[in-house]
Amino acid sequence: MSVATANPTAAAGAGEAAEPILRVRDVGVVYSGSTVALDGADLDVPEGQLTALLGPSGCGKTTLLKIIAGLLEPSSGSVTVRGREIEGPGPDRALVFQDFALLPWATVLDNVAFGLRARGVARKEREETAQHYINEVGLGGFEARYPHELSGGMRQRAGLARALAVNADVLLMDEPFSAVDEQMRRKLQEDLLDLLKIENKTVVFVTHSIEEAVYLADQVAILSRRPGRVAKIIRPDLDRSGDVDAIRRLPSYVELVDEIWASLKHYVE
Amino acid sequence: MRTSPFWSLIFWAGLWELAGRMGWIDLIPPLSATWIAILELFERQTFWDALELTARTFLIGLGLAIAVGIPIGILMGLSRRADKLLSVWVNLFLSAPLTAVVPALMPLLGIGEATVIATVFLFSVWVVIIDSQAGVAHVSTSLVEMGRVFGCTRRRIVFEIVVPAALPEIITGIRLAVIRAVKGVIVGQIIIALIGFGGLFDTFLSMFLMERFWALIIILFAMSFTLIGLIELIERRIAFYAGTR
Repeated sequence: MSVATANPTAAAGAGEAAEPILRVRDVGVVYSGSTVALDGADLDVPEGQLTALLGPSGCGKTTLLKIIAGLLEPSSGSVTVRGREIEGPGPDRALVFQDFALLPWATVLDNVAFGLRARGVARKEREETAQHYINEVGLGGFEARYPHELSGGMRQRAGLARALAVNADVLLMDEPFSAVDEQMRRKLQEDLLDLLKIENKTVVFVTHSIEEAVYLADQVAILSRRPGRVAKIIRPDLDRSGDVDAIRRLPSYVELVDEIWASLKHYVE
Repeated sequence: MRTSPFWSLIFWAGLWELAGRMGWIDLIPPLSATWIAILELFERQTFWDALELTARTFLIGLGLAIAVGIPIGILMGLSRRADKLLSVWVNLFLSAPLTAVVPALMPLLGIGEATVIATVFLFSVWVVIIDSQAGVAHVSTSLVEMGRVFGCTRRRIVFEIVVPAALPEIITGIRLAVIRAVKGVIVGQIIIALIGFGGLFDTFLSMFLMERFWALIIILFAMSFTLIGLIELIERRIAFYAGTR
């Protein structure tokens, strides 16, 4: 395991990080003139890896994710994807929502196909694509169901399938598993890791759970509060070659969770 | 002892019959006589003419209120500027005693159907606007963000996300508008007192035909309850997804 400083260029110099596909530079957000949500946030997101944004509530991690998604405009700084500065949402990024954001009047199939429909993909083609990802996230057989007929975990699988279906390079996930119970959360985490072995995606994953961040992430960006910025980058470097449920038993996993907790503790008190 | 609504109904019907037969109050004939008057009314062409006029003015007025109210409400829900500009007036008229305005409509629109239609419209349009506005304004932000993230045009977000999501509130607005429109169509006719049921009421009262007067009241009550019950039935079918947003 390696621990780098807040300087993202130094972190990239560690050697394990792939070429960054997404760069956040000096991003600041000021709400209504006075409240500072983010102040000089820097982050490099390596291609094909999962970066977790971890921090106490109110540190601006969801704000940062929404800026990367193009939903919020930063007061200062810039976000670039493959060297091009973003101007709002784009087809290179897809978002998975904390509250699923499924259309209640549409079936799972129509919900998953929604992003493709917005892009003008023909019905037959978009339904085939949607069906492929519905099967991939483990929702096969539930295509014709409505969101209210599904459990929270299944709804989020549909949300994930919708984000995968548009084939964006970068998958943004905003506390995606926080609205489901603990057992379901572990299952969803394991399934996500299995899925990412098939789908070559860059993921930015917002979470307030240290365990979740360490378990899932190739890179954990710890955000601080006041000023809201990336205070520390940690690369867990856990052995993920074997079974996904073996990771939680690794000594390095346990150690790292403790270490991050020690550095976050003072925000809670 | 448990009293079912049925026995309660029997009790009050009995009391009404008794009050009529004993002649306690001049204005109240026995229920049985009123019941016969209902059947007699059904045989009179004037009743069917009045019903037709009422149905027509009700439907036109309510239809206009819905057709005008929903777009204005949606606009107010989408645009803060439109909301600021209009909400004062909508809220004012929503709770204003509109009955007082009807006499002012008569010199403007004439003593006829146009005034009744305008009354129905004025009674029902505000609640459609208010509920449509509330429905649109309270659509979850994440649904709208979802539309933006997946590259929807503003138009698509409004028509395929915001309006369907606001549908339960819009339907509620329509239901409340139906109730108000029933009041409006009767109030309009009563104040004009020349056409439709208003004309009949006026004739019956001036000629002291109390059986027919009460028969007409019962018919109107029954019709409006049936109508409102029907709307509630439709609303329950649509509201199934309201709780899951």
